[in-house]
Amino acid sequence: MTHRQAVIIGGGPAGLAAALRLREKGVSDILILEREQRLGGILRQCIHDGFGLTRFGESLSGPEYAQRFIDRVQQEGIECITDCTVLDITPDKVVTAVGRSCGLLQIRADAVLLTMGCRERTRGALATPGTRPAGVYTAGVAQNYINLQNIMVGREVVILGSGDIGLIMARRLTLEGAHVLGVYEVQPYPSGLPRNIEQCLNDYGIPLHLSHTVVDIRGRERLSSVVVAQCDERFRPIPSTEQEIPCDTLILSVGLIPENELSLAAGVELDARTRGAFVDEHHQTGVPGIFAAGNVLHVHDLVDFVSLEAEQLADSAAEYLLSGSLPECGLEVKAGQDVGHVIPQRISGTRDFTLSLRVRRPLQNVSVVVRQGGREVLRRKMRKALPAEMIQLPIKAEKLTADADMEVCVE
Amino acid sequence: MKRTFTCIVCPNGCEIDAEYEGTNVLSVTGNLCPKGKTYVTQELVDPRRTIATSVRVTGGALPLASVRLTAAVPKARIFDVMREINQKTLDAPVHIGDVVISDILGLGSDVIVTKNVEKA
Repeated sequence: MTHRQAVIIGGGPAGLAAALRLREKGVSDILILEREQRLGGILRQCIHDGFGLTRFGESLSGPEYAQRFIDRVQQEGIECITDCTVLDITPDKVVTAVGRSCGLLQIRADAVLLTMGCRERTRGALATPGTRPAGVYTAGVAQNYINLQNIMVGREVVILGSGDIGLIMARRLTLEGAHVLGVYEVQPYPSGLPRNIEQCLNDYGIPLHLSHTVVDIRGRERLSSVVVAQCDERFRPIPSTEQEIPCDTLILSVGLIPENELSLAAGVELDARTRGAFVDEHHQTGVPGIFAAGNVLHVHDLVDFVSLEAEQLADSAAEYLLSGSLPECGLEVKAGQDVGHVIPQRISGTRDFTLSLRVRRPLQNVSVVVRQGGREVLRRKMRKALPAEMIQLPIKAEKLTADADMEVCVE
Repeated sequence: MKRTFTCIVCPNGCEIDAEYEGTNVLSVTGNLCPKGKTYVTQELVDPRRTIATSVRVTGGALPLASVRLTAAVPKARIFDVMREINQKTLDAPVHIGDVVISDILGLGSDVIVTKNVEKA
């Protein structure tokens, strides 16, 4: 067994940003383990632009955004092993991994950084009835085929779910000559960002049908049609609204789930709302020395914020490694009225931190209010608040006390 | 005339209520920054978009290099631009920033590579 100061699980945007910040903070012994053959994570297949507007002030494609970090990781000589899958992490931070070039690795780490990203929900998760023909893909798989492997997935396309990747793929498929018949969303509002509705659907005349879902999938070898139906407010299909749509491809863009199998093996407790770890303001999980940031912690809308969060994680992880401990976080942060989730879930009350949250439903002219023991810490007015848009609020230590739990609500 | 625009310039995605006559913008509300007004004006006069796609690479470690436009082109010309880009094949290696087509169809925008593809 070898020993490393910091082992980073996953070489996507979160892992790369964390590695660079750790190095800046004086941590010398860093190892990135990446399952794919190349660094960059999901950005490798996100060839559309719009990345980096916050961070670099310019609109980059995913691969360009990733390369800026990869170049710096290489300049810094930070060790990365690609094509290497982590099999297990123990609560005392022994990482077991296997790869073509590295063989079987067992590493005892002082700190483990969980930056594995997320996975797509699949047809299985929806339990959509019907046959099991070819031609049903998640949006990210279709994106991988088209953008990385040069394989066209189909010609007559229906998209279920209005997540951002589905919207991006509606445009991408149209540009590549496919006919996108429509996007069907079970909720009464879109789950993707408004700008993507505009530039990916409206620009190409692709209809968006809210409060609709797919109730049957038909076809023997290849998909031949889907049946869509209108849904009531409890997402139940309304009888006699069914409509059969002939198509050869169904793209699912129905949500992302943080990929936390390894976290569970390490004894990390997960939050049922985010499906990521419970973390404190240092991004430390319930297991000392194991940290999490990026989409493995909670699904983000923008990579710029993933990088930022990973850097905040690395600031704390560096402090943990260099000083041996982090301040106790004994106060709970609770999600109150109309708040879907909060990150972090625990704070010390003595330090600045960034509060991330999502609202449960679309709201207009509201205020996000942060209170501690009934005392107002921060109030942010918002003209509109959408579940599709993560809200981030910087909270200053001088506004906090170290003796009362925090509640976040929307009023 | 009144119309609501969703600004696509940045992830804020401001909903902008605009009053205009022809291509003359009289007032805008709801935009968080001045780019919103510029966007609305541009949308009325000459709506433009950038696109991203990919180009085949021969002899590369990957079959495709992703590409994008350096400046937006008129919305109505997007499929002409796609047709032009689709005729291109590149030889590995290619690197981020390499110009695949300069001033595509005379529209004042270059097609540039956005992914490094080394030789196989």
